[in-house]
Amino acid sequence: MNNLTLIIAIPFLAALGMLFLPRREKDLAQQVAMLATGATALLAIALFVKFETGLPGFQFESKIPFAKALGIWFHFGVDGVNVGLILMGAIVGFAATCVSFDEIRDRQKEFYILLLVMIGGILGSFASMDIFMFFFFHEFALVPTFIMIGVWGRGVDKNYATFKITLYLVVGSMISLAGLIALYLQAPEPRTFNMVELAQIFRDNPIAFGQQNLIFPLLMFGFGILVSLWPFHTWAPLGYGSAPTATAMMHAGVIKKFGLYGLIRIAVPMCPEGAQNWLPLLAFLCLGNILYCGFVAMKQKDLNLLIGNSSVAHMGFVFLGIASLTLIGVTGAVLVMVAHGLLAALTFGLSGYLYGQTRTLDMDRMGGYLNQLPFIGAAMVMAMMAGCGLPGFANFAGEAMVFFGAWKAYPFVTTLAVWGALVIGAVYMLRAIRNILHGEENADNKVSLNDAADWRKRAPFALLLATLLVFGFAPRLLTSKIQPSAKAIVDAANGIETRLVEVAQLDAPAKGGETDLNDVE
Amino acid sequence: MNAGLTILEIAVVALGLGVMLLDLWTPTERKRELGLYAAVVVLGILGASFVLDLSGEAFGGMYVLDGMAMFFKRLTLFAMVVVLVMSVEVGDQLKSGIAEYYSLTLFAGAGMMFAASANNLAMLFVSLELITVTFYILVSAQRSQARSLEAGVKYLIIGALSSAVMVYGIALVFGIAGDLTFAGLAAKSAAHSGSLLFLLGVFFILLGLGFKVSSVPFQLWAPDVYQGGITPTSAFLAVGSKAAGFVLMLRLLFVAFPSIAQDWATLLAAISGITILYGNLGAIPQRNLKRLMGYSSIAHGGYLMMGVAAVSAAGQSATMVYLGGYTFTALAAFAVIAIVAKTVEGEDISSLAGLHRRSPVLALAMTLALISLTGLPPMAGFFGKFMLLKSVIHAAEANTAYYWLIAAAVFGVVVSVYYYFNVIRTIFFVEGNNDDAPIEISRPLSFSLFACVAGMLVLGLYPDAVVSFAIEAVGALG
Repeated sequence: MNNLTLIIAIPFLAALGMLFLPRREKDLAQQVAMLATGATALLAIALFVKFETGLPGFQFESKIPFAKALGIWFHFGVDGVNVGLILMGAIVGFAATCVSFDEIRDRQKEFYILLLVMIGGILGSFASMDIFMFFFFHEFALVPTFIMIGVWGRGVDKNYATFKITLYLVVGSMISLAGLIALYLQAPEPRTFNMVELAQIFRDNPIAFGQQNLIFPLLMFGFGILVSLWPFHTWAPLGYGSAPTATAMMHAGVIKKFGLYGLIRIAVPMCPEGAQNWLPLLAFLCLGNILYCGFVAMKQKDLNLLIGNSSVAHMGFVFLGIASLTLIGVTGAVLVMVAHGLLAALTFGLSGYLYGQTRTLDMDRMGGYLNQLPFIGAAMVMAMMAGCGLPGFANFAGEAMVFFGAWKAYPFVTTLAVWGALVIGAVYMLRAIRNILHGEENADNKVSLNDAADWRKRAPFALLLATLLVFGFAPRLLTSKIQPSAKAIVDAANGIETRLVEVAQLDAPAKGGETDLNDVE
Repeated sequence: MNAGLTILEIAVVALGLGVMLLDLWTPTERKRELGLYAAVVVLGILGASFVLDLSGEAFGGMYVLDGMAMFFKRLTLFAMVVVLVMSVEVGDQLKSGIAEYYSLTLFAGAGMMFAASANNLAMLFVSLELITVTFYILVSAQRSQARSLEAGVKYLIIGALSSAVMVYGIALVFGIAGDLTFAGLAAKSAAHSGSLLFLLGVFFILLGLGFKVSSVPFQLWAPDVYQGGITPTSAFLAVGSKAAGFVLMLRLLFVAFPSIAQDWATLLAAISGITILYGNLGAIPQRNLKRLMGYSSIAHGGYLMMGVAAVSAAGQSATMVYLGGYTFTALAAFAVIAIVAKTVEGEDISSLAGLHRRSPVLALAMTLALISLTGLPPMAGFFGKFMLLKSVIHAAEANTAYYWLIAAAVFGVVVSVYYYFNVIRTIFFVEGNNDDAPIEISRPLSFSLFACVAGMLVLGLYPDAVVSFAIEAVGALG
């Protein structure tokens, strides 16, 4: 078992072992889960450090047969695109386990088993080099999400939310599954599910345009529903608002990135002509995410719904980066995926902490909490600032790259998106800070709050913030890894000639077509 | 003659007769135990099927023992073990005749095993009648309950009708082609495919098989009969009877009438799609667990038809793998329903409320079974549905009518999430108003449940061996 296989295996093994834990040892379950996710996070950091930048192809590959007769393997490997996602997923998984200690006081064992299955599933999905496994592992999260919201969730709409989120996710999954199978069947016999081989096959023998034009929208809308593409986004804010903190962190932060990753890894490079045809529509739909959901977020009175809508809005930037089909845009999109994962987890974690203290997230009934909550309050201010794109956080770097990349193809959309990112985002984020943290304490609803005092309570938030800042100040740590892999994807999507023209215009002419992102930064 | 090939069936029939005889000397209070001994012997026969090296033809080609036949025989034997253990558990619901119940279950199982090997229209009819006639009695075994008798009468009437239709079809086919063997028909069917009467005959035979697999338009009996019979009967109907119907359908369509199967692909796809929609939509308002499983079994019949409708080797192997997964899944679900219904005295969905407190093991087994029925990873149901979808999407490249079938299947899965997850919701979210006393599970039943869950997981997580076996078995069909 290499490092990567361990990252995926540990959560599952821990979940399996936990089945045999005695039920009366209530806190033991959380300790085991923390140990497992902590080990996963450390291994993921080690993987990220050991990853050799610039090498072509995948690293840390491992292969275990699943159904050889059909060419399906448990096949894991990392390249520049998913190494950052795995790091992000593992860190968020650890943070989600940590914050659940106070919130989950009932049936701990079941909760942590489900959480571990969720974490292992999504990490397996990111690491899979096999299209079947990529989908297979993602679906692990579906049932845990349903049960977690139903049993440990909050709010009056809990029951409705469980079914809404599950049905939307199944619709999205089934549509993308049909698309993936159709894609697989385009390859000549003997067929393979291996992503790398498939990409190679489709580069040499492109799929007929008519088929591409059918498969790409299946993937785009199937994955789009899973990523809460406007107008299929309504499940997300509601679901996250009703979910327990850890579930919202994992789902909004990590699991939602599955669809985006699928678009970047599978849909765009394997159906390039379909992509050229359909991505303009995606670019306009992403405005729905950025503007419409931004406005909706402005109107929210409930902090969780605000965060949920803003998280949907942020997905628009990733869509825009993918739609741009430029190296800078796609690299930026991956960077936003990592940054947003950390940020969404951080904000949901903080709002979960607040809810644990106040038992309400109605912003009209909050106010002046910063006095009592210096650590949590400061973390929240920083998170909100990151959310409206303040430089210094990884989100800024990613969003700026997306805008640079998208400018040429969609100047109109980009203008509105920039406005949406800076103005609308700032309005609701700053308003939330004013309502919750600043000002007078609400006279009707005086509460005494406990700040996160000890390291155990601070650790998850500090870890997420630190990662955001590290990638904010040194985005090159990520972009230098993403760039070579993204280049292969963008090349495949545009055909070589288009790329050279594209790059030559974006880049300094003297470089003769070679891209260097550092110039743009 | 080569009758030695039928050793497995002979053993099962002998066991059935033996149970009947032993019944005479067994004191009443110990009669229930007979089922356990029978289950152990069937388990032994299942083991023997792996040890004995059997293959070939018997009775002048009427009976064939190939990979596919063996696959279905093993499934049937496994189902018989679980059904026998279940009937020991719920045996007190029968006022009398428990030993006859065991014998009839064994005879029905023997019929299913013969059906798996049927290579001749006469053999097909006889083995189907052996199944159907025994089920007339099994379904109405609770003689004192009106609901059970009603179910029996419904099953009898629709069953007799479909048998009549089928035998008429066989007569027409024999009259035109002058042959009953599948191999002979395969050679002659192309020549007669212009004859309307011949086609009508084939159509009638298929209609009769449609009754066994509860596909549209012969699906109406399933919910009533599932609800009316005692739980082991419903389980055996859902699993064994359906498997027998599908193995016959595969052989009939792809060995005897391959050219007609090609021509009728669109019709098969339509039946499959409508069955999926009927089963799934009908399941939405159900409150009774067994009735829900009845509709769910109609829907799964529709999914299994997808592989038949694809008219390809990939489709046939997908149907086999899906049936394997469905056997484990449905048996697990029915076993949980049987235990819960016995303890809580109700078959309503709400009787599962608070199950996760009363028995975490049952809650887990039921949840995994429901996930598998829905078709989500990592359970067997997902991999089966994946293979079925793959075969149909492949077929859609040549015939656009399949796009509707794909749409129906995808829609069906989404709808099924709603009603299966509603059961999961009841298990975990709804607190039972009855006591929290833990539910006792007998050792044989917990062993059967464990085997079912293991089967679901193996077929979902490591299907390599089964998939290779199915592909090989289908390849031998030619």
